[in-house]
Amino acid sequence: MAEKILKKSGLDGFLKSLGESYKVFGPMAEGREIKFGPIEGGILLDFQNSRMSPKDFFFPQSERMFEFVTGSSSEEANILKSCLTEPEPRLVYGIRPCDAKAFAVLDKIFTNDQYTDVYWTTKREAVVLVGLGCNSPCPTCFCTSVGCGPFHEEGLDVLVYDLGENLLLKSLTEKGGQILEKAEGLEEADEEALETAAGLKDRAESAITSVVETDKIEEREVMELFEAPHWEMVQERCLNCGVCTFVCPTCHCFDIQDEVAGQVGDRIRNWDTCMSWLFTVHGSGHNPRPDKTSRVRQRFMHKFKYIPMKRDGDIGCVGCGRCIVSCPVNIDVRDVVRDMNL
Amino acid sequence: MESRTGKIREIARRLLTEEKVDVVLGYKAGTVPLRNIPFFARTPEEVESLIWDSNGRINLANFLPRREDRIAVAAKGCDVRNIVNHIIENQIKREQVYIIGVPCEGMIDPELVYEREGRLIEEAAEADGKLTVRGNGFETVLDRNELLRQNCRICQHRNPPVYDELVGEPVPEEGDVSPLEDLEELLAKADSERYEYFHDLVKTCIRCYACRDACPLCYCHVCFVDEHMPQWLGKSIDPRDVITYHFLRAFHCAGRCTDCGACESACPLNIKVRQFTRLLEKDIRELYGYEAGLSLDKLPPLTVYLPDDREEFIK
Repeated sequence: MAEKILKKSGLDGFLKSLGESYKVFGPMAEGREIKFGPIEGGILLDFQNSRMSPKDFFFPQSERMFEFVTGSSSEEANILKSCLTEPEPRLVYGIRPCDAKAFAVLDKIFTNDQYTDVYWTTKREAVVLVGLGCNSPCPTCFCTSVGCGPFHEEGLDVLVYDLGENLLLKSLTEKGGQILEKAEGLEEADEEALETAAGLKDRAESAITSVVETDKIEEREVMELFEAPHWEMVQERCLNCGVCTFVCPTCHCFDIQDEVAGQVGDRIRNWDTCMSWLFTVHGSGHNPRPDKTSRVRQRFMHKFKYIPMKRDGDIGCVGCGRCIVSCPVNIDVRDVVRDMNL
Repeated sequence: MESRTGKIREIARRLLTEEKVDVVLGYKAGTVPLRNIPFFARTPEEVESLIWDSNGRINLANFLPRREDRIAVAAKGCDVRNIVNHIIENQIKREQVYIIGVPCEGMIDPELVYEREGRLIEEAAEADGKLTVRGNGFETVLDRNELLRQNCRICQHRNPPVYDELVGEPVPEEGDVSPLEDLEELLAKADSERYEYFHDLVKTCIRCYACRDACPLCYCHVCFVDEHMPQWLGKSIDPRDVITYHFLRAFHCAGRCTDCGACESACPLNIKVRQFTRLLEKDIRELYGYEAGLSLDKLPPLTVYLPDDREEFIK
């Protein structure tokens, strides 16, 4: 593990030099939105949470998986041909620790002892993530309650501390170490810089005032939680739109569709949302989640009960607060979890 | 505003105590600044959470279809127009809903607040027509009336057209505001340019359907976008599918839309989706002289056949 100092004025040069080995992405303003794009122009040095999560780096909203031709004229007909390509090596600067933690959560879901989702893993393996710690978290942040934090390191290759005039770069993986080793103009971090960085981390952590306890959820029986009366209060105002699931960095459900024009078709996968009636409807017409209650309950149960049950207690939420900010009727995950944790 | 809150609570308490209704629907303060929660009060204690301020952007009529109970709604002008729509379209019975009409002075657009401040707002408080916003190391006092949503600025029906009880006195209607001024440029464009305009308008759409789900008019059991046998529409973010959704949504609202702005306020990406419906309502006004939700006796023009219908559009 290396800890290096980079002058903020040297960041552009640092990222440009990385451009020789990677396609480099960074945060930038696009109107009101903060997006991660190729760093042709300037990047944002400081920003608060982007409205959309950056999960589309590895899990685009629509992704072509296979192509095919229909009919019986050619030998190739009706045979799926993979569209999986060798991904270009990418480096993303400025990913927030919560979003990186979300990638780590999804790594465990997209790869397990039975299956590997190559559409996720190939892109994920070809990326270097240089995260930027949060000096000033938002009032909706509750990362520290769900096993994450403003300077959490999981999922990142390098973590950057913004010390003011300087940046402290801390390597966390072999990939991260190699980058810092190769870069020019970096100095070894001294004791003072390390102390300042530790101070920033402490300050940011204590600035997060939203505390959400989750300890009792583990003890509660699934069916008891499933049938708890508070879901009725949540569903009453829920619109069953897909905002929470689409802005969420850990929501990962998708729907696979064949789109055919003439005799040429694509098999694509698209983000799907458990808030939708269509998400669970069967070919027979039966729908196991026929009402709003069952749909809105699913999202919270999945993140705070089912994922922890299957993944050794790891919560499927990173506390980024995006769903709180964007829900049109202000369904606040913190309140829902408090009701689950009784 | 404060006095409206008090009066709404007073009425709600009375209705629940006298068992005139089972539930009173209004707004409660949200957990983030400038956002209210639709709130269902069932006991006199819960009534104390009801508030009225400038953040009631969700249209409460949206929560009425398919209800079995008796419900009172604290409803502003556009909400009441949508309740009227629901009654006309047999989504709720008139005797089932008690309309607490609230003369409305417009709701604010949080995006305008963010545009002015350019920084995160952590707290907001409203009093005497002023909005005080606070964040990390700053406090600014803004004039509420300068922050209204565009649909509220051009609104011609701030007072509820139908009600069982009115909260306070009616407010003056803004009779001299042209509802279409900002659309003149668009209306002057050729068809292909207009198509391009709409195409650009929705290019950031993520198809979360918040605009549909916040809309009181969208109460179909299964929306056309969700029909799958047959499936009418692709599911990806291919621009053709995205714009088809928006066009069809708007056409389904023609002659029924009250320009309440719930769709636009619900959009997480701040897309101006009202541009679709506004143009259609302009056509409805010009072709049929009709505005939605003003009278319980008039049916939306596209739902009725009249022998003397104008047919100039049939060429």
